[in-house]
Amino acid sequence: MRNLLIFITKYNAFFLFIIFEISALVIYIKYNSFQKATFINSTNQVTGNLYARVNQLKGYMSLREVNDSLARENASLRGQLKTSFYIDSVAKHKVIDTVYKQQYEYIDAFVINNSINHRNNYITINKGSRAGIAKGMGVICPQGVVGKIVFVGEHFSIIQSLLHKETIISAALAGTKDLGSFTWSDNMDPHAGLLYDVSNSASPKLGELVVTSDLSLFPAGVPIGKISNLHSKTAKGSFLNMDVTIAVDFSKLQYVYVVDNKFAAEQLGLEAQQKKDE
Amino acid sequence: MSRVILLNLLRFITLVFIQVFLLKNISLYDLSTPYLYILFILILPFETPNLLLFPLAFILGLTIDAFYDTPGLHAMACVLLAFVRILFISITVQKEGFDNEPEPTLSLMGFRWFFTYTLILTLFHHFFLFILEVFRFSEIQYTLARALLSSIFTVFLILISGLLFYKSKERK
Repeated sequence: MRNLLIFITKYNAFFLFIIFEISALVIYIKYNSFQKATFINSTNQVTGNLYARVNQLKGYMSLREVNDSLARENASLRGQLKTSFYIDSVAKHKVIDTVYKQQYEYIDAFVINNSINHRNNYITINKGSRAGIAKGMGVICPQGVVGKIVFVGEHFSIIQSLLHKETIISAALAGTKDLGSFTWSDNMDPHAGLLYDVSNSASPKLGELVVTSDLSLFPAGVPIGKISNLHSKTAKGSFLNMDVTIAVDFSKLQYVYVVDNKFAAEQLGLEAQQKKDE
Repeated sequence: MSRVILLNLLRFITLVFIQVFLLKNISLYDLSTPYLYILFILILPFETPNLLLFPLAFILGLTIDAFYDTPGLHAMACVLLAFVRILFISITVQKEGFDNEPEPTLSLMGFRWFFTYTLILTLFHHFFLFILEVFRFSEIQYTLARALLSSIFTVFLILISGLLFYKSKERK
């Protein structure tokens, strides 16, 4: 017994190393699962608030760019107003519109933490379950697709960015509506992505827009990027592969919209029922 | 003694701040990202008992993890770093002949020793960190290149900070 104690004190560095390394490993394995259900991350009050403070400061530096992009968005929205269309028929009756029901609602949020240079990138935003955000919702910004919500706190949420090795989005060519899958490229360039599994009969053009398809959790037609190379060197899937330049500049991301699909619950419920029946 | 504790506490906070709010946004060609915060563990006093060194490394790692959203990853790398530090110091340094509370800084130990020390410890930390982060064998070449280039960047920053706080009187 005494010899054992002497042995342990003599090599205490090694034993301490083993103890702490194993406890860190346990934390790593346990909390780095996909959902990241943990308090050691930036939805935590302390780190979340610190990030929010620093971002308030940072926000001042890019006020001009934000103003410009808001003005541009305003202009394009104004273009869609009814008042900006010429009406050439005289309305006789007031019709209560039952054809259009609101399917998507948008919750605006401010990015308080963002990274682009890791293999798996996450974005933290300043709205959480109190603002009506739930896990699995899509996130877009004026330029295009941003990612999807993976973890929701009371005041903050975490987005799994498009720049993440597990993010795969159902995409389509804007012109011909040919379906494919979009994922981030392997070489960690924040501006490059890969569109794969496009059917061999499709005839994509260089510079053609890639948008979200009807099958994704985003509204159909949100831009993802533009085709920059028709025959990608990356071998993935057995059909056409194309390199894509991502539309969103993730390094400058500030304001995002969380997409709340009002019919998502109904759709998921139906699909779950169908699986049960089979 | 209390001066040493205060100094190190200040270092801890400053380094975490620099790491999280400045260096986290820096990346050269998506290849090289510096992790300067390990400087805290590198220049803890020689006399730090192992029983204190490991918890400090663990807490530093967890703090960085909290900001990087990678629970446990940096903590593991830091604990490994602390272990390599103990081995390296026990092999190369004789503890007699110093003033009270000496620290392994550039000004005290000289450029040659400090450079080797920094280089070896940084390489261990970075390679472990990057390989663990990617956790995939198919990208091993790219990961190794990133770890190596990031190590060079980190060593560069550590040497610069060593020169910034150089005290010429300290060396005998």
